Amino acid sequence: MTVPQTVTVDVQRYRPEAERTPTWQRFEVPFQPEWMVLDALNYIKDHLDGTLSYRWSCRMGVCGSCGMMVNGTPSLTCATYLETLLPGPIRVEPLRGFPVIRDLVGDLSDFLTKLRRVTPWIVREIERPLADGEHLQTPDELAEFKRYSMCINCMLCYAACPIYELEPEFLGPAVIALAQRYNLDSRDEGQEGRTDVISQHDGIWACTFVGECSTVCPKDVDPAGAIQRYKLDAAVGWVRALALPFGSRKA
Amino acid sequence: MDRARPVTVRRSREPALWLLFSAGGTLAALGLPAVVFVLWVGPAVGWVAVPPHGTLSALLGGAGVRLVLFVVIALALYHWAHRFRYTLYDGLQLYHLHQLIATLTYGVATLLTVASAMVLFL
Amino acid sequence: MTNPAYRRFHPRWHRARIPIFWWLRKLSYTRFIVRELTSVCVAYTAILLLVQVWMVDAGPDRFERFTAWLASPVVTGVHVVVLVGLLFHTLTWLHLAPRALILRVGRWRVPGAAVLAGHYAAWLAVSGGVLWIVLGR
Repeated sequence: MTVPQTVTVDVQRYRPEAERTPTWQRFEVPFQPEWMVLDALNYIKDHLDGTLSYRWSCRMGVCGSCGMMVNGTPSLTCATYLETLLPGPIRVEPLRGFPVIRDLVGDLSDFLTKLRRVTPWIVREIERPLADGEHLQTPDELAEFKRYSMCINCMLCYAACPIYELEPEFLGPAVIALAQRYNLDSRDEGQEGRTDVISQHDGIWACTFVGECSTVCPKDVDPAGAIQRYKLDAAVGWVRALALPFGSRKA
Repeated sequence: MDRARPVTVRRSREPALWLLFSAGGTLAALGLPAVVFVLWVGPAVGWVAVPPHGTLSALLGGAGVRLVLFVVIALALYHWAHRFRYTLYDGLQLYHLHQLIATLTYGVATLLTVASAMVLFL
Repeated sequence: MTNPAYRRFHPRWHRARIPIFWWLRKLSYTRFIVRELTSVCVAYTAILLLVQVWMVDAGPDRFERFTAWLASPVVTGVHVVVLVGLLFHTLTWLHLAPRALILRVGRWRVPGAAVLAGHYAAWLAVSGGVLWIVLGR
């Protein structure tokens, strides 16, 4: 296959001061085999249209800033080769499910508000005094939650999740996966409090295991798996609470 | 620790419904394809013999058979109710009617469960 | 969707509308809805099974008429569709089970492949049992 000289990129524009609905703008961008979609966007901004607005930072898939819809799939633009999208045209839109502030920039404050509700930090009944030294943790204990700690808050899972789009109250995949990250951490004692928040209709029970969140996750966090495990745990806990109403709480 | 959290937060009753859904789904997954094949599809296309009345009647007389059938049918119905409820919420965006949909789906499942008890045990 | 506290102050933020048939825009979404609709096949099977018991209890004549109805081409066609739906339910259910079911033996975690294999074995066993009970004796 002959290497093309240029590739067509269709970018969604939205300038609220000038238009009421988003529009499309077409650009011809030089093609380099090593370029990512982000390189194309940077080329557009540097050489073709400096008014294009979008987020990016590390350009190596760890900061979670550059998530956008590329040909309808939530992707990190810094991790998506132009070559895999040939012959084009390549469609770039802001992440689905979030209000668009401008061009490719969405408002993510909903996620941040919901994240705080699940206390995403080590919660302890009594803080361990400094004199006692560090919490000790075996490799097995680390393995329990390590996968869920890989989340970079890129929001691709929210853009992939139809439930998040349909039900504005839904906590969403990353929030629940991050709650699990702390629930399964041997140093944490906050599972009861988190489950109060999560075992609600706007938590795990709205999820119908579409599974798209895990498919698009660039860090293989598997939020869908985290949610289904949580459903089983919550259901078992519910039965246990029925059977032993005065049973001991998790230590 | 968040000391402002109220001591008793009423958690959703969904876990119970989800357990019914899961149990029904598992039983349906394991048992129903074979049932449909051996009773309805297989005989109709000639791959298995048509089960005669005598055989089935004797089968239904066996110890515990009717009870097992009741459990399978009831759980399959509640599996349907739960799953169909969410399909209506999400597939047709009818969440604003969630009270009505929940009443209808679980109501139908309950009525049919009562009917199956009557057919099986009376 | 945005933090409601902010939304009032940003009326110009664009919120895309979700089409009713959002699940037709992507194959994985369509497969998901088809998977969910297999619950209708499950309910149909449960109800017809009940009717079959009723017909058996009603005596050989009613049962004959019911069997004749079952053998008709249209009904059989429907039942083939129901069988395909049930098989789709079974396969998707079995393959999703290991994601929810984390089993431990002491400190050792049972690998997902083993959970899946166990489910397949159970499916084979139950199906074999059903066939044997109805046909074998």
